[in-house]
Amino acid sequence: MANRKSAALFDEPGCTTNRAKSDTQRKIGCSARSLAPGAAAGGCAFDGAKIALQPIADAAHLVHGPIACEGNSWDSRHALSSGPQLFRTGMTTDLSELDIIHGGEKKLYRAIKAIVERFRPPAVFVYVTCVPALTGDDVETVCAVASEDFATPVIPVDAPGFVGSKSLGNKLAGKVLLERVIGTREPATVTACDINLIGEYNVAGELWQVKPLLDRLGIRILAAITGDGRYADVASAHRARVNMVVCSQAMVALARGMEERFGIPFFEGSFYGIGNTSDALRRLADHLVRAGAPADLADRTEALIAGEEQRTNDVLARYRLQLTGKRVLLYTGGVKSWSVVSALHELGMTVVGTSVRKSTAEDQDRIRDLLGEEAMLVGQVPAKEMYRRLRAGEADILMSGGRTQFVALKTKTPWLDINQERDDAYAGYDGIASLARRLHGTLTSPVWAEVRRPAPWTLTGLAS
Amino acid sequence: MDTYGLGVMNAARAPSKPCAIKPLKLSPALGGALAFLGLNRALPLLHGSQGCTAFALVLAVRHFREAIPLQTTAMSEINAILGGTDNLEQAIDTIFKRAAPAVIGICSTALTETRDDDIAGDLKLIRGRHPEWGDLAVVYAKTPDFLGSLEQGWAAAVEAIVEALVPPLAGPRRSGSVNVLAGSHLTPGDVEALREMIEAFGLTPIILPDLSGSLDGHVPDDHVPTTLGGTDAEAIARMGQSVLTLAVGEQMRDAAAALERKCGVPFQVFGRLTGLAACDRFVAKLMAISGATAPEWVRRQRSRLVDAMLDSHASVSNRQVAVAGEPDMIRAVAGFLGDLGVHTAVAVTPTVAPDLAAVVGGRLIVGDLDDLETALGEAEAGDVDLIIANSHGEEIARSCGVPLYRAGFPIFDRLGAGHRVTVGYEGSRELLFALANLFIEYGHHQRAAGLAPSANPIGGAREHAPASSH
Ligand code: SF4
Repeated sequence: MANRKSAALFDEPGCTTNRAKSDTQRKIGCSARSLAPGAAAGGCAFDGAKIALQPIADAAHLVHGPIACEGNSWDSRHALSSGPQLFRTGMTTDLSELDIIHGGEKKLYRAIKAIVERFRPPAVFVYVTCVPALTGDDVETVCAVASEDFATPVIPVDAPGFVGSKSLGNKLAGKVLLERVIGTREPATVTACDINLIGEYNVAGELWQVKPLLDRLGIRILAAITGDGRYADVASAHRARVNMVVCSQAMVALARGMEERFGIPFFEGSFYGIGNTSDALRRLADHLVRAGAPADLADRTEALIAGEEQRTNDVLARYRLQLTGKRVLLYTGGVKSWSVVSALHELGMTVVGTSVRKSTAEDQDRIRDLLGEEAMLVGQVPAKEMYRRLRAGEADILMSGGRTQFVALKTKTPWLDINQERDDAYAGYDGIASLARRLHGTLTSPVWAEVRRPAPWTLTGLAS
Repeated sequence: MDTYGLGVMNAARAPSKPCAIKPLKLSPALGGALAFLGLNRALPLLHGSQGCTAFALVLAVRHFREAIPLQTTAMSEINAILGGTDNLEQAIDTIFKRAAPAVIGICSTALTETRDDDIAGDLKLIRGRHPEWGDLAVVYAKTPDFLGSLEQGWAAAVEAIVEALVPPLAGPRRSGSVNVLAGSHLTPGDVEALREMIEAFGLTPIILPDLSGSLDGHVPDDHVPTTLGGTDAEAIARMGQSVLTLAVGEQMRDAAAALERKCGVPFQVFGRLTGLAACDRFVAKLMAISGATAPEWVRRQRSRLVDAMLDSHASVSNRQVAVAGEPDMIRAVAGFLGDLGVHTAVAVTPTVAPDLAAVVGGRLIVGDLDDLETALGEAEAGDVDLIIANSHGEEIARSCGVPLYRAGFPIFDRLGAGHRVTVGYEGSRELLFALANLFIEYGHHQRAAGLAPSANPIGGAREHAPASSH
């Protein structure tokens, strides 16, 4: 599978960042920079592809490679399913030395066979990892033959770790969906209010915080791509009237491709924060009405927004007093920095810094607009620097992923998880209320004062 | 239902299974990295592509709930084709300049061992080009994915450390100095308990690796980019002068043998240090080397374990468990349970370990958690009272309606994985109580369910018997 065509992925006219770049800059791409040896590692392309596709809950996800790729990572993400749990079952060809020497194709074929016979999934995604990519296993052909033999779509996902970062893997996954999945089935019914949410993975159940709002408006999620996903839904996503790309620069290419191929307009939005949520609902309604949905949808949407905003603000009032003016240092993968920033502003908090290490220039502009000049945009912050800042009291709380958690906690600074592995859902109106509750709980915990107490032996002047 | 194969009595890989489902196996490079984390001022470096490091890191962070120093040589597709020497050199140099560690522990991955690169040879050449690195120790452990699981990677790293950092001519024997080679199944808490036990006999242990110094969850006064605590390189250099090596876990046998070959330090392997007889053997050995008798607190601890065994025997005897994990964990837990009259009905291990058949009375499977689930499905209801496995066992336990005792790696859904002590008299007692309490709680439910009338309910007004609702 030498022809990975990664370069073509960056030819992304739908991305304003890219449009603004010169030709050479564009070729370099926005996330293909290779990591320097001796640095702390981020996730690989395989990781990114798996994050994007694994939420398709009824499909089997088979990782073709030696043990590290799946053995160390299976069932570690908190994308949730309301039904099938097959997606959580780690499956890998677990290549041995002999498999690597002689080629893993036969084993892969047998693995697909065993999985199809046992689990009868609607589809099998086969992830190519570094070693079989290096030794040249023809996964494409194995999958084609297996699809035929077992009358089940077997879809190769050619995103071995060494081609790049997690976000490149996201994109490659989008490409797989566009080229091999979407448009291969027809939905049982279509309505004038069908939408897709792209890049929403239902982490901690966030999709379920949004869906009831859409239900009340009569807006149907034809496919969530891919949160709480079902293969058949994703495969028939091409009949939606509008696509919303949820906080995901990496998935814009997919939306763009669907626009070109199926004429589905798209917009980028977010469900983090009151303003963003209301805005997203408005834009969804607006697109749908323009595409032929009943005209009263707009009014009903406004009514819902007014009621929800009122209700949410009442809830937030309980927490606002203690949250107002608190300084947050935000350290995320970057794709959702801007939307989280505006959510935090709604809580009256001050964002003293946010990471833009994976954000595009466009995201950075958005953040600058929101934060003005005083906040710092930080790139990759080495653990030592993070420690120093927190130790110096530059922020009242760090919001980050699990990996920086213990750097923060060692400085005895409050911390809140906002990445993949988190247990709390922060989307929609209920989501911001949960976020406020969690922030409030963390910031007002008596434990901070308690753990900062000096040890008895550091106190001088006591009787000896 | 036993399937036989591989020439190993009652140990068999599920016949012709072409893939692992719910893998139990972990990457050896992760095991190697964890071993290097037990050295002071060390930085493990995975030689491979970045994702391998990221996954290993995330898992270790979730288990220990500590920031984990771990770096990557960041092999790209092009590097993988052309060879990784440049990446290796650049990575070491960067780490040397930025973090100034005492030891860099290199663990290879499948990607960098597939080409058959001569990593050891390359390292010599690289070293020659960098006199400025001075006494930076660079240790290379061969840990490709296809050579076992976490335990093998850990063992390979410890052996590599012995080979690289213990000089053959170490100097005169130091009476009272004993080496402890600690297996990957020991928690930082276990290591600490071992140290206290050994010191109680007036002996000075050199423990390798020593996670109790680095991953014991202390709050340091400043941030360091390397490990802070763990075995010092200088102490390792003195291991050749010790009078004896105590190898804890079968996995430490090769490293202990290497040390003997190199410096003539004899060794004894303790397959487990959980359980009365096992601890007694250990204490007897400590008495023999030190010439000292056991101090009062050790005697009290033994007495308390004996008492705990008396108190719990009714609750545990004739119970049945299923265990899944790396071989030394199974040796410790299943072995101890065997002493107590608990039958291990099923044991699943990711790698072949022939001697386990002697420890596990029931079925021994080389496989994954899916094999465990299948075996439990085939068992009669009530055949298994408890599952002992890592956090991935949670779903299986729930679907079988059997409690889970979390043991092994990773444990990411409970706090304190690094602090649990299951070695020594006291650790054995703690483990016994934890298991017995689960038997008691679950047995109570089970008996109640068994006794409640399912037909002809008591009383005229009720339609359904409250069978198992509780
Ligand atoms: S970098 Fe390659 S070998 Fe490592 S986990 Fe990612 S896909 Fe697997």
